[in-house]
Amino acid sequence: MLEALYRTARALPLGRAPASDPAGTGVVIKPAGAEARFALRIRDAGASAAGLPLDGPINSVRGDDRRWIARLGPDEWLIGCDESEADHLPAAIAADLGERAHAIVDVSHRNVGIDVSGPLAAVALNAGCPLDLGEAAFPAGSATRTLFGKAEIVLIRHPGAAPRYRVECWRSFSTYVHGLLAEASLGVGETARR
Amino acid sequence: MLLIACPYCGNRPETEFRCGGQAHIARPSDPGSLSDEQWAEHLFVRSNPRGVHAERWNHVHGCGRWFNARRDTVSDRFLETYKMGETPQSQKSTSTDSTSTQAEARA
Repeated sequence: MLEALYRTARALPLGRAPASDPAGTGVVIKPAGAEARFALRIRDAGASAAGLPLDGPINSVRGDDRRWIARLGPDEWLIGCDESEADHLPAAIAADLGERAHAIVDVSHRNVGIDVSGPLAAVALNAGCPLDLGEAAFPAGSATRTLFGKAEIVLIRHPGAAPRYRVECWRSFSTYVHGLLAEASLGVGETARR
Repeated sequence: MLLIACPYCGNRPETEFRCGGQAHIARPSDPGSLSDEQWAEHLFVRSNPRGVHAERWNHVHGCGRWFNARRDTVSDRFLETYKMGETPQSQKSTSTDSTSTQAEARA
């Protein structure tokens, strides 16, 4: 119970207000709310665990905005879910995996999410991220660990035609990542007009 | 920007990777029988060729996996990348000393 109280009291280092958009670029940078996240490591994963598919290709995300699972490597997943679910999910996954050796670690306190959307969101992200974020190389439903400026992030593109990205970074990097994103979005409109 | 083909993730920017030095260094099967010089040779002495070099690379800011690569040290061009334990394409026909080739031969 103490754990649950502790979790809901968790401070959001960036607050919840969207970054201002003085340049009128339409890039919305909004820190995500409190969410639970788990790192799952397992070799030879089956099809699914606790309703979360484990058979997706590497660097893809499954699920919806409230409950998603991103495959970051051959044996590594990052799971995001509602805080209310956080107390039950690890046990449910462990029960489904049974005897198979695995590790599921609560990293909710480590991760901070920032939602980036708008038609020019990819341009703003490319200010710090060296990946090709074009439709062919990084379509909707992609997710990968990469770099943003000097910080390591997990970049997720939610399913759907409109570009909606989630940047997951470590807590101590979050002010840096958020500041760099806000600054990058200032130059985006200019780039598009050129 | 230099792109490196991670065997798991495909072409990714060089900044996501970290080099782990020379690849395919077999640990001596019986270290106790080696002299200090032989052990030091195994631990510290590496080749530094001008030309094609087999190296270990880690996709540290990506999938986190180690893999092997053959890289030309003159042009900095990656000739091929392959997973740990696999035989490089260029040596499949000639080399017989790697374990996977032996396993294939036995099968």
